[in-house]
Amino acid sequence: MAIVFQKPHALTDAPLHYCPGCTHGIVHRLVAQALDELGVEGRTVGVASVGCSVMSYDYFACDMVEAPHGRAQAVATGIKRAKPQNVVFTYQGDGDLAAIGTAETVHAATRGENITVIFINNAIYGMTGGQMAPTSLPGQITQTTPYGRDTNTAGYPVRVCELLSTLDGVAFAQRVSVSDVKNVNIARKAIKKAFQNQLDGKGYSIVEVLSTCPTNWGLSPVEAVQWMNENMVPYYPLGVYKDIAEGVKTVK
Amino acid sequence: MKVLMKGNEALAEAAIRAGCHHFFGYPITPQTELAAYMAKRMPKVNGTYLQAESEIAAINMVLGASAAGIRAMTSSSSPGISLKSEGISYMAGSDLPALIINVQRGGPGLGGIQPSQSDYWQATKAGGHGDYQILVFAPSTVQEMVDLVSDAFDLADQYRIPSMILADGMLGQMMEPVELPEEGAKQPVEKTWAACGHENKREHNIINSLYLTPDKLESLVLERYERYEIIKKKEQRAEEYLTDDAELIVVAYGASARVARSAVNKLREQGQKVGLIRPITLWPFPVDTLKKAAAHTKQMLVVEMSMGQMVDDVKLSVDCKIPVSFYGRTGGMIPTPADVQAEIEKLLK
Repeated sequence: MAIVFQKPHALTDAPLHYCPGCTHGIVHRLVAQALDELGVEGRTVGVASVGCSVMSYDYFACDMVEAPHGRAQAVATGIKRAKPQNVVFTYQGDGDLAAIGTAETVHAATRGENITVIFINNAIYGMTGGQMAPTSLPGQITQTTPYGRDTNTAGYPVRVCELLSTLDGVAFAQRVSVSDVKNVNIARKAIKKAFQNQLDGKGYSIVEVLSTCPTNWGLSPVEAVQWMNENMVPYYPLGVYKDIAEGVKTVK
Repeated sequence: MKVLMKGNEALAEAAIRAGCHHFFGYPITPQTELAAYMAKRMPKVNGTYLQAESEIAAINMVLGASAAGIRAMTSSSSPGISLKSEGISYMAGSDLPALIINVQRGGPGLGGIQPSQSDYWQATKAGGHGDYQILVFAPSTVQEMVDLVSDAFDLADQYRIPSMILADGMLGQMMEPVELPEEGAKQPVEKTWAACGHENKREHNIINSLYLTPDKLESLVLERYERYEIIKKKEQRAEEYLTDDAELIVVAYGASARVARSAVNKLREQGQKVGLIRPITLWPFPVDTLKKAAAHTKQMLVVEMSMGQMVDDVKLSVDCKIPVSFYGRTGGMIPTPADVQAEIEKLLK
């Protein structure tokens, strides 16, 4: 019997710990699929970050390093500089990448590190139980903004793709969502491209994936997708923010 | 052939010759020349000099490079080491070797930029969070800086533990003639645990310090402490100077030991029976040497450029069998041989 669908080789058999309706699982699959299709699992080193995806080191079948909170792109820089022949990616959430790790993110990007960054933006701290994230929307109710995010005191959300696309070291920045089949297909292509860019030596490539957190948003999985489409997509428009075809000056 | 080198530059050259071709740093005084030397030399050996955005980023780059299986290092001075302490804790928890150099300056806070030894506790009692130790070496000459860099890398690899050279602004800035080891004399150690791609030939390697199951975490800490016990047994180092008949032994490391040695020489000229024990490893602390000495000397004087940090370990080592006094200057003040001599004379009265 012909096999028409199966788990990517680059995912292990470990059962994922993610909540029902969380989109981490989809993104894990897309990353693993990219590694399979490019045939690079054997020379890939992934960097897991602190947050819900911390245990992604158990899920990706390539070699993995677990970084301190916010430091994933510094760790990835160290790996890539040590072993340029390795394919190196980070998998980070919004708290990790855009709050505690902002300096590491901006500087890895501006150096044009030839790495691939997968950025999960679900507008909340999931692992610690739903606190305000740097990407929580104005008015969004979280555990630490119980009356809604007040921009007068808590400031405004960080738009990562827009911010990073101003930096000369960034070769590729695209924001995608995994809300439906059409968007998952767009995300699949973007993630594969972000890895292909690294193989081509083009420099820093980031894919921001708008994701759901039904548990901490207090919504059902279906409602969560709706909330994402109605609230997050307008604030974080989908699309390609930067795509330098010839790549940026990068480490040879 | 001997060459005249500044301590900071000698540390850098020694590291390159020990096979370390990846340096990640962030500017801070008084380790400046070390990073500047690396910036000049690394491109010549096809190595990496990377000026990070912070000390935190630099130590995490070292973490990544070490995880990938190569020799990597960073250097800083006291306030910068505080920032690196998070990364050092993660490296200890992930069993990663690396070399961290601390060219100490005065503290706390921004402190000053003059030589100090007030980071002893930070270095030897775990500067970051959690149960862990790192190897700590305390050179007192530029030649010894060169020699210890190589040993620090070797032992870090052997025991899968971070190594620190605890120098100070005086040793970093002074110039002395040194004999450098041959370049490339070291064969890189094979690291089967490294995360550098499994090439579809083995299970995936995971470099990690997170263990949510308490019994698993405890078992890993216990395994690490078994290794620490072996290190304590096998790797203690100290120099004994004129201690055989000494009635008073000064205990000092690094730059303080140079000052103390001058004081001891002066007093010996006057016929006083004084000697010096100079710990070379601060962790593991040379407990055995001190214990043995305590059996035949009458008292000890610990001299540090701090308010008294190593003195605790000396007291613990001699088990309160003999009196242990302390003399120290702090905040970047360097005691003179005459100061130390006067202190010894007071005790001998």
